[in-house]
Amino acid sequence: MSEGSSAVIRFHAVSKSFDGHRVLSDISFEVRRGEALCILGRSGSGKSVTLKQINGLIKPDSGRVFVEEQEVSVLRGAALAQVRKKIGFLFQNAALFDSITVGENVAFPLRRHTARSRSDIVRRAKQRLEELGLEDVYERMPAAMSGGMKKRAGLARALVLDPSILLVDEPSSGLDPITAREIDELLIAQKKDRKTTIVVVTHNIPSARRLGDTLALLHGGEIVAQGSPEELENSDHPLVQEFLNPSGGAAR
Amino acid sequence: MGIAMQSGKTTGVRRGFERIGGAALFALRALGAILRPSVDTFETFRQLYKFGWRSLPLVATAGFAVGAVISMHTRSTLERFGAEETIPEAIGLALMREIGPLVTGLLFCGRVGAGIGAELGAMRTSEQIDALESLAVDSFRYLAVTRIAACIVALPVLTIIMNFCGILGGYLAETLISGMSLATYVTRAFSVVEFVDYIPATLKTAIFGFLIGSIACYLGYNAKGGTEGVGTASTQSVVFSSIVVILANVLLVKSIFFVFPEAR
Repeated sequence: MSEGSSAVIRFHAVSKSFDGHRVLSDISFEVRRGEALCILGRSGSGKSVTLKQINGLIKPDSGRVFVEEQEVSVLRGAALAQVRKKIGFLFQNAALFDSITVGENVAFPLRRHTARSRSDIVRRAKQRLEELGLEDVYERMPAAMSGGMKKRAGLARALVLDPSILLVDEPSSGLDPITAREIDELLIAQKKDRKTTIVVVTHNIPSARRLGDTLALLHGGEIVAQGSPEELENSDHPLVQEFLNPSGGAAR
Repeated sequence: MGIAMQSGKTTGVRRGFERIGGAALFALRALGAILRPSVDTFETFRQLYKFGWRSLPLVATAGFAVGAVISMHTRSTLERFGAEETIPEAIGLALMREIGPLVTGLLFCGRVGAGIGAELGAMRTSEQIDALESLAVDSFRYLAVTRIAACIVALPVLTIIMNFCGILGGYLAETLISGMSLATYVTRAFSVVEFVDYIPATLKTAIFGFLIGSIACYLGYNAKGGTEGVGTASTQSVVFSSIVVILANVLLVKSIFFVFPEAR
């Protein structure tokens, strides 16, 4: 990473193919500390693949991915695990471990990576759940929770180690507009209060406008437009206009 | 069309060999991890409880029934030769040397192999394995190594229980006909069983456990395609682990005879 750059995440000419189908083609972008980048795009445009390359779940075929000056795309084993401890990940369907309770899900990272006492871990997990509006769910199984509650619990688990980076895959998918907005507000609060760098993958335009300091539109494996929400709304790029304003009405 | 079909067959064969190679490498990697002292003991004990303790009713019931059925069949055969008084010895030897280990192995394929395939398959398709990795946890060591280690420990213990329940079932079938006492039956059942009949046959089930655990973990861990993928992983876990256990049994029996000639 270049000297003096405040970019926390950097993609440099990253390409990725699956079974001969090119998903990403030489994409490059940066995310600065404390900022939120929303990656927009149609289904199958490579948004989640981009997100999963940030914490090394998927390795690029070519190009380099840096997180806090470490090249995640070449890291393995313990070195990769060290980087992952700094990154929280909220999956599209929360991906809570369904064989243990919600509380145990949130306590799991603390149990694995800290030397805290059992009672302290339980107290911290309950506190995290309560901060996200989930009270009295510690002993509940994930299957007994609604989609919105699962998302909040997934967010509690992703944030319990106080990561400096948060990756979020489709925060509003499968949720009603009110719950989706509540999740957005939790993410905005996280960015504002804890200066967390956030990368969100979404195709929900109102959500992206609320959350993103920067929006990037992914299409055909390339980033076709990138800028602040205002810059993109003023863009005359036909794809950007079509995406931000699908009905042809006002963009805002 | 002919060329297309041939190409499809070649691809299928190649994919089959790739999967066998993948499963073998997966098993070797797991074995290497088990032999190192850093296995997650808490998670291994949790799996041991699931695989061992919760399999007890099935194994005990099956053992009891198998023992009773063998006793009934053996009696009808031995009666023809006037040798029905040797039933306890015959049951003891048959169960300890072969039937107990093999039946327990196959039951384990059905109950535990299917469960592991389905559980890990569901975890893969619902991104729970990705979530584990994201939480800086080595999913292979946490999910596969602990389950395989639990299978290795659980199966010999379950085999011992199967054998004893089998002898008990055999006794019940026998006493209803001849009125033989339990003490006499058990004494005679064990009178001909020696170290080489019992220990190697029981220990070979640890290898069955390793094979079943490795195959089921491999198929579940690499499941693809949503709900259908979970079903496929579960079914294939049972089918492939059963086939491998049956084939491995032939090799292991031959190996036991080679190492312990007195066991023939």
